[in-house]
This record gives sequence, structure tokens and C-alpha cells, in this order.
Amino acid sequence: MTYATLAPTIRPSIISRFAPVINAEWTKLRTLRSPGAMLIAAYVATVGGGALLTFFINKNFSSMPTDAPFEPVRSAFGGLVLGQLAMVVLGVTMIGGEYASGMIRATLAAVPERGLLLAAKAVVLTAVTLVAGLVIAFSTFFVGQAMLGKHGVSIGDPNVLRAVLGGAFYLTLIALFSLGVTTMLRRQTLALGILMPFFFLVSGILQAIPGVTKATQFLPDQAGQKFLQIHHQSKDAFGPWTGALITVAWVALALLGAWLTVRRRDA
Amino acid sequence: MIELQRLSKRYGDTLAVDDLSFTIPTGLVTGFLGPNGAGKSTTMRMILGLDRPTSGKVLINGHRYDQLAEPLTHVGALLEAKAAQQGRSAYNHLLWLARSNRIPERRVAEVLDTVGLRDVARKRIGGFSLGMGQRLGIAAALLGDPAVLLFDEPVNGLDPEGILWIRTLMKSLAAEGRTVFVSSHLMSEMALTADHLIVIGRGRLLADLPMGEFIDRNSRSHVRVVTEQPEALMDALDGDAVAYRRGADGAFEAVGVEPGRIAKLASGRGLVLTELSLQRASLEEAFMEMTADAVEYHAGLAASDHEQRKQE
Repeated sequence: MTYATLAPTIRPSIISRFAPVINAEWTKLRTLRSPGAMLIAAYVATVGGGALLTFFINKNFSSMPTDAPFEPVRSAFGGLVLGQLAMVVLGVTMIGGEYASGMIRATLAAVPERGLLLAAKAVVLTAVTLVAGLVIAFSTFFVGQAMLGKHGVSIGDPNVLRAVLGGAFYLTLIALFSLGVTTMLRRQTLALGILMPFFFLVSGILQAIPGVTKATQFLPDQAGQKFLQIHHQSKDAFGPWTGALITVAWVALALLGAWLTVRRRDA
Repeated sequence: MIELQRLSKRYGDTLAVDDLSFTIPTGLVTGFLGPNGAGKSTTMRMILGLDRPTSGKVLINGHRYDQLAEPLTHVGALLEAKAAQQGRSAYNHLLWLARSNRIPERRVAEVLDTVGLRDVARKRIGGFSLGMGQRLGIAAALLGDPAVLLFDEPVNGLDPEGILWIRTLMKSLAAEGRTVFVSSHLMSEMALTADHLIVIGRGRLLADLPMGEFIDRNSRSHVRVVTEQPEALMDALDGDAVAYRRGADGAFEAVGVEPGRIAKLASGRGLVLTELSLQRASLEEAFMEMTADAVEYHAGLAASDHEQRKQE
């Protein structure tokens, strides 16, 4: 066999180019231990945290403040503040692990179309976190309502199904946001160092500062969590759908920034 | 065939690659030689489309790298050892690479066999030695059975057995008709493997010629002769029209002549020679001479070193 001459390269259609890249990204994800561990951690933290919170709410329901309508779904998702951190890690490591190890060069040599690569990562991450998110959200809801007993709601009650599905999408959006931010930063440790404290602490602390509270509702996590409410609260600046749109906009912005970064930067 | 056309890469104030044009010939091992920091790795990254040239371009069989469909089936590259995530097994690392370019899964086992990693295929890469990591990188390069192979400093950190293995592998790949482009900062290594030589220094092309020509041009030799009767030897050499110069220690350095002829000359005149030896300038020396001006920081570092010592 001689290699002296090669057939000219004809680019196949976008679909036929996209499929192998998605396949490769899925293979990468399932051949590491950490992504699976993160999904389990997200499940345990979200369902467990919510169970604990709703258990104590039920026990002390009479002493709960009565100036605002009780949010049974939002309460069941009380563990989300912890569970979302596992999604942050999943989103960060999806590309951060490649920058940290230098494998990004092997990836970009195999897939020189960088937009296609980023899209494939986003698609695989969406699929995995959405399936996991649905399992987590419904488990969280049913466990939480069981704990709340007579204070709980049924899945058929107004706005409840929407709120539970919102919990699943919220986890996906947080993972995608983390993927976008990490791609822009191109550093795994830096991305974790910014995103983890932000979602766990900073957002909550800012919220508690008088005068800033209103503005913090527009942060990606707080806006998205509006979707978990089934009632309108007096302090709300906007409703659940607007909240969801704001979080989607944050994610779109992060992924746009990621695309602009990845398409022109040296690897 | 790979063509570099007026390729330049600037990082801030430094011109890492400076108007570089050359063609990598097909079916040969081409050595890409230059001192550390000469721009070899940057050039290789630009060939693969990883770094964007400031100006100029690289064409692989007439196409830019990012225009190649399933590029791993055209070009395989070993850029750095262990460009792989530690937590994945060798098999799975090659598997995702195969999937990304529609390469059949059986190739994974084949290349693991080729590089001798079959027994550790299911082991995590994190536990691999440098040599095993290098072999895995070569397996990844071979995965798509490409016509062109790029190796960036493949023998770095390898034991003698591994070095020998890589040399043999590169030659056999070229013998199969593939184009092998291998960078090194060691002339001696290239002399053993390369058919063609491209030398760069400070990002500029210094030489582009067949290995044999480089050796002929640069392996100057002379015969060193020491005697206690220099006057008589001088007469003898002049009488036979042998060119020579005197070394610092008074020894004669005759050029373009065999030691045997000097021995005959001397014995014919009854001269006693206390030393008669053939001296060969090594290719390493020729390479260092060629790149001396191009070695970055070379003089500057030595000077500041000196300064520091004076201050201490």
C-alpha cells in the first residue's frame, strides 16, 4: 500500500460530522468515574436535603411565619443548594478536565471544528443531566410531600407539575452554565473556585443584604429557582416563566462566550 | 505532502516562528531539528491547527488541517506525553478517539498490540510510567492508520530500550510509505533515524537538505600529527603537497589526507611520530555551530550568571 496520494477530502454533511463527535463525548463521559459519582451525589444531596428540611417543617409547621403562602414544592427542593454543586462539578469537568490534563489538544486534533465540539459537549451534558434531573426532581417531590404529610400538595395540583419539571431543567441549566464558564476560563481549578462559592455562598449572602435583594433575583440560580414556586410571593420581581427565561439567557450568554473563546484561542 | 507557506507566529513581543517555508517530503523520515525554544513545537501545533498562525498557512495534501474530514485518518500526532486524562483506561482513551473519527473499534486493540500495551489496556492511565504514556501517545497517533505522522520529541524521557523501539518504529513507518516528521533537539538522534533534515533556530529556517548531504558537508576531519622533528615533518608535508595547519599545542593538523599516507611519508624520511590520529568533528558540533547564533538566551544567561556570581 502506498500513501503517496490521498483522495481529496470531501466534507460530509453537518449531521454525519456531528454524530461521531457526540459519540466520542458520550464515550468520554461514561469512561470516567467522577461523572457517575456526581450524579449520585446530586441525587443524595437534593433528595436527602429536601427530606430533612420538609421533615422539620412538618414538625414545626405551627410556628412557621404566616405572612406569605407556604411553598411545598420549593421546600421539598431545599437540598438543591447542595445538589446543584454536583452539577457544577459535572459541567466544569466536562471540559475543565481536558484543559487540566492537556487532553484538549488530542480532542481538538481529532475534532478541529471547535463549534461542533462545544455543541457536542453541550448536547451530551444536556441529555445526561436532564435524565438525572427528572429522576432527582420527582424523587425529591414525592419524598418531600410524604414528609410534609397533610401540608403537602399532590402532583395534580395547580402549578405543581410545572414546578417539579422546573427542578429538573434547573439542574441541567446549572451544568450547562458551568460548562460555558469553564470553557471561557480554560482552567478547571479557577472555574471551580469561582462557581462553587458563588452558587453555595455568594448568591445567598448577596440576597440577605438589604437593598441588593431585588437585584439578586436576576442571578442565574435565584431566577431559575423561581420556577419551583407555585404561589406568587410579595417580594418577587417577576414570575416563574420570566425567571426561567432569565436563567436560560445566562446559559446562552455563557455558551456564546465559550464559543467565541474556543473558536479563536490557541490550544 | 505537507507544505508550510511563510508561516509566522507571534506571542506578544516574541516571534516564535518567523516566516517559515518548507515542504515535508512524502515517504521519508524528516528530522525537525533545533535548539530548545527554536519554535519546533509551535510549528507542529500550527500544522495541526491547534495554534492559529499570525500569518502564512500550512497545507496537508492541499488542504488546511481543519478542512480534513476525519483528520486522524490522515494525520496522526504525538505532541506531548500523557495528553490524556488520568482516570481513564488506555483502552477507553483510544476508544473515544476512534469514535470521534469513525475508526473501527478493532483498531484500538491493534494499536495497543503494536505499541506493546496490550497487558495494561484496562489499567488507568494515571498509573502509567513516562515511557508507557509515550507509547500510548504513539498508539493514538497510529489509530487512524494515517499517511502522515508527527512526533514531537518522541524519545524525551525514554530509557534506551524505548529509544531503540521508537527509532525502529519510525523507520518501519516510513518504509510503509508514510511521511514521518519528527522533532528533536539532538543531532545524534536524528543522524540515526532521519532521511531528510530541516533545521530551525529562533523560528527561522537554517537548513533544509537530505541527511546524507548534511553529513558530507559537515563531517570535516583532520589527521593530528605530533613529532619531535617538526621542521623535517613540515618539509615532508610541503614536499608532498599536503595541506596542514599548526594547532595551539604545536601539533600538525593535516586535512584531506589519510593517516596511512602520513605514516609512509614519515617512515620514508626516518621521522619519529609520537602521535598520529584521525580526528572527526561530530555532527553534534556541526549542528551547534550552525545554530550558535540562533540559540536564544545562550550568551545572555551566561553573562547574568557571571554577574550574579560576582555579586555573591
